[in-house]
Formats: sequence, C-alpha cells, structure tokens
Amino acid sequence: MIALLTYKGILVLIVFTITLAVAAYSTYAERKIAAFLQDRIGPDRAGPFGLLQPLADGAKFFFKEEIIPNVSNKTLFILGPSIAMLTALMAGVVVPWGNELILGGNSYLLQIADLNVGVLYVFGVVSVGVYGIMIGGWSSNNKFSLLGAVRASAQMISYEIAMGLAIIALIMMTGTLSLREISLQQVGGVGGHWNWWNVVYQPLGFLIFIVCAFAECNRTPFDLPECETELVGGYHTEYSSMKLGLYLFAEYINMFISSAVMSTLYFGGFNFPFMHDLGLSANWITVLGTVALFLKITFFIFFFMWIRWTIPRFRYDQLMNLGWKGLIPLAVFNIVLSGLISLYVHR
Amino acid sequence: MTAYLFYFLSFVAIFSALLVVFSKNPVYSILYLIITFFAIAGHYVLVNAQFLAAVHVIVYAGAIMVLFLYVIMLLNLNKEDEPHKSYLAKIAAVICAGIMMVVLVASLRGTMQTATKSGSEIGFVNNLGKVLFNEFLLPFEISSILLLAAMVGVVMVGKADHTTQPQDKK
Repeated sequence: MIALLTYKGILVLIVFTITLAVAAYSTYAERKIAAFLQDRIGPDRAGPFGLLQPLADGAKFFFKEEIIPNVSNKTLFILGPSIAMLTALMAGVVVPWGNELILGGNSYLLQIADLNVGVLYVFGVVSVGVYGIMIGGWSSNNKFSLLGAVRASAQMISYEIAMGLAIIALIMMTGTLSLREISLQQVGGVGGHWNWWNVVYQPLGFLIFIVCAFAECNRTPFDLPECETELVGGYHTEYSSMKLGLYLFAEYINMFISSAVMSTLYFGGFNFPFMHDLGLSANWITVLGTVALFLKITFFIFFFMWIRWTIPRFRYDQLMNLGWKGLIPLAVFNIVLSGLISLYVHR
Repeated sequence: MTAYLFYFLSFVAIFSALLVVFSKNPVYSILYLIITFFAIAGHYVLVNAQFLAAVHVIVYAGAIMVLFLYVIMLLNLNKEDEPHKSYLAKIAAVICAGIMMVVLVASLRGTMQTATKSGSEIGFVNNLGKVLFNEFLLPFEISSILLLAAMVGVVMVGKADHTTQPQDKK
C-alpha cells in the first residue's frame, strides 16, 4: 500500500513537471511557429535559438508588479486564476501516459488513476474549468472582462454538448469509458494483433471532437473570450503578473491535455504501428509507446498553433450557429450512423 | 479510512450547504453550492458509484450552476437592490422547507436498512447500464421523453419572443 502510494506520488510529480514544462515550451513553440508562418525569426535572444525564452518569461511574470483593482472582489479575483490552473492540471490524472512497466516482478502502470469512468472524469474537469474564467471575469468588475467571461462560458457550455455527443458515438464502439481500455483496444502490430486506430472508424466524430477542443481551449478561430480587437484582453484584462501568467499557462495546459486525450481516444494512445513486430521486450515497447504518445501530442499541439496562425477569428453569432446548428445535428447524425453500422456490420 | 472520509465529506457538505443559505452575496452562495455538490459526488465515490459521481459533477456543477452563475452575474445583485420578501412569505417558506425535510427524512428512513454494501460494483457503468436498460427500461425511456419535451418547450418559449438576441435562445 505504502509502495503503491509512493509510486503514484512520484508519478504525479513527474506528470506535473512534464505538464508545466510542455506548457512552458508551448509558449516558445507558439512564437517560433508564428514567426515561421509569418516569415520572421521569432525569439532568439535568450540562449541558443532563444531556448531560454520561457524561463525569462516566467521570471518576468514573477517580478512584475501585482495589481488588484480596488473595485474588484479580491477573494474571487485571486480564486479565478487558481481554479483555472487547478482544473487544467487535474485532467492529466486519467490520461494513460504509457502501458505498464515490469520491474523486478512488480508492474508499474504509467497512469495515475485508471478510473472506469475516465472519459466522464475528463468531461467533469473540463466543465468545471469554466468557473475559473467566469469568476475571474466577473470579479474584475470591468465590462470587457465580464463580456469575455460571458462569451467564454456560453461558448464552452455550447461546445461541450457537441463534444459529448461526438464521444458517445466512440463509446458505443469501444464499449468502455476507461481511457486505458480504449488505448489497449487500439493495439497495433502486423502479427496477431492488428487493430485500426479509432479515427478510422470515427472520422466524423474526430472532426467534431477536434473542432470542439479548439472551442473548449479558447483557441483561434474560437478565441472570442479574449478577442483583442473587441474586448481589450477579454476575461483577463485586469490581471497582471503571475495571475495573468496562470491564465495563459492554463490555456496551454488545456491544449496539452486535450491533445493527449485526442491521441488516446482517436489515435491509438501509447500504441504505434508494428509495435509487436520489432522483437523488443515489453518494457521497451512501453517506453517507445510513451515516446510515440508524446510525438502524437506534439503533432496536435503544432496543429493547434498551425490553425491559430492560419485561420482568422469567427464572429460570435457564427460561432454559436456552428455549434448549435452545425456540430450538434452532425454529432447526432454520427451517433445514428455508428449505431446502424455497428448493428449491421459486426466487426 | 473510509469512515474518516465520510465524516469529512459530510462536514464539508453540511457546512457549505449552511453557507449557501447564510451568505449575503448570491455569487458566494453559488460557489458554496458547487462545493456542496463536490462533497456529495465524493459520497457517491465512497459507495463505489463512480458513474453517478461523474455525471453529478458534469450536470450539476458543470452545467446547471454555470447557468445560475451566469444569470446572477448579469443581474449583478448587490445588498442595496436585493429584493426583500415580506415576513409572511418568509414564514411560509420556512414552514414549507420544514415539511419538505420531514417528508425526506420519512422516505429515507426505510431505505436505511437496505443500503448497498460499499464493496459492491453496482455503481460501475456497465452494471448500471445493464440494470437501466433491462429492469428499468420503461421508466428510463419515459424520463428521457420528459426531458425532450422540456427541451422542446424551452425552444418554443424562446422562439415566441422575437425581440431577444439569437444567442439568448439557450
């Protein structure tokens, strides 16, 4: 029991560190990719190729003056970014970061908690994440902040529905809500075990899911909550120093976690093609699987940034129309289609 | 361990439920209510009803309370313009709540003896699904039709007023 708790505690620390590191270097990657797409050089002053830029940014956030507006509700003003960061970090608990390692007769699962309602847990955490933005926006006592918060919450609630419906079609196919079992079902290899990744069976579901993931993370083209041209800075207009940093960081962590969830649900998670044909031991396959998962995550994070610097922002009514009149009917259609296919084509 | 967790969660649930009633600022009331919901979700986890806990958080904390918060933030209720009810209404409300409590206690007293063992797996999704779609199929479908009817009703009510913005339909 103690050994298990120690192991889980260490795993939590590792996941926490990796999440923060990935989020920090996502800011660097974002600026470099933006620079590349706009034919610029990007940050290159701090360290070789500007690699120390995230550290410099972090230090800057800590040393900046902290301003809490007099007219704001101070408790809630501080609570807002805390909730945003907390909920962003919580979702990493159920993501299977790898298969199990077998060391000295004990098996170590590279997942903090294998809940049998893993998918729903992710949804619960995402839906609670709205509070961070809403509370922060409202307690700032600023019209622009409030508008940003209202936009964020309406957008996130609307797109959660389509996201949930897209997932239902996937769940009907996999028959489980545990993220680890969903990963294991997609195990790859030409020998005895050859299974397609879920994206092959659920292309429409994946498309809906990724669009909703963009909206849930408040990323362009759906970054209306912080639309600079209309709302100054959106819900974090009044925030300064590390509290602003926490909001920005939470967005990158959300991006990382949603990339991980997308890789797990639709792109095989820690499985990679020909994994059982390399003649490697189980432990090496697990290690390589974790590397493969992180490669997939990196691709999705790049995809998020690629879209951001390619597609302009939606208008708010277009966003709502897309969510309610486009994606939700499409997701319902996808459920019916999946049901019919699984009824008549037993795979 | 489980007993300590139970007492801790019960304390959190009851304490924050009291704070919901006693806080002056409606936004704080909502936040305490969310904490209460989380404590109740914790109770569900203690009796191995993980599905119920997850759905409880998603539906109540994640959706319904967001809409509550939404309305209260936009109304921006302060102490000055808080509506004051007459004493008659207050006394009536207290009596109604008291009767409600009596009914709840009376109806829950009988179930005390048949409480499920905490080790059972009845709360797991697959078991719950089998029970819902075999034994309780008709009530389940009827309640889903009820929800659908409520949704259609909301859309109709929203449509009747053409002066509102299209976004407000929800």
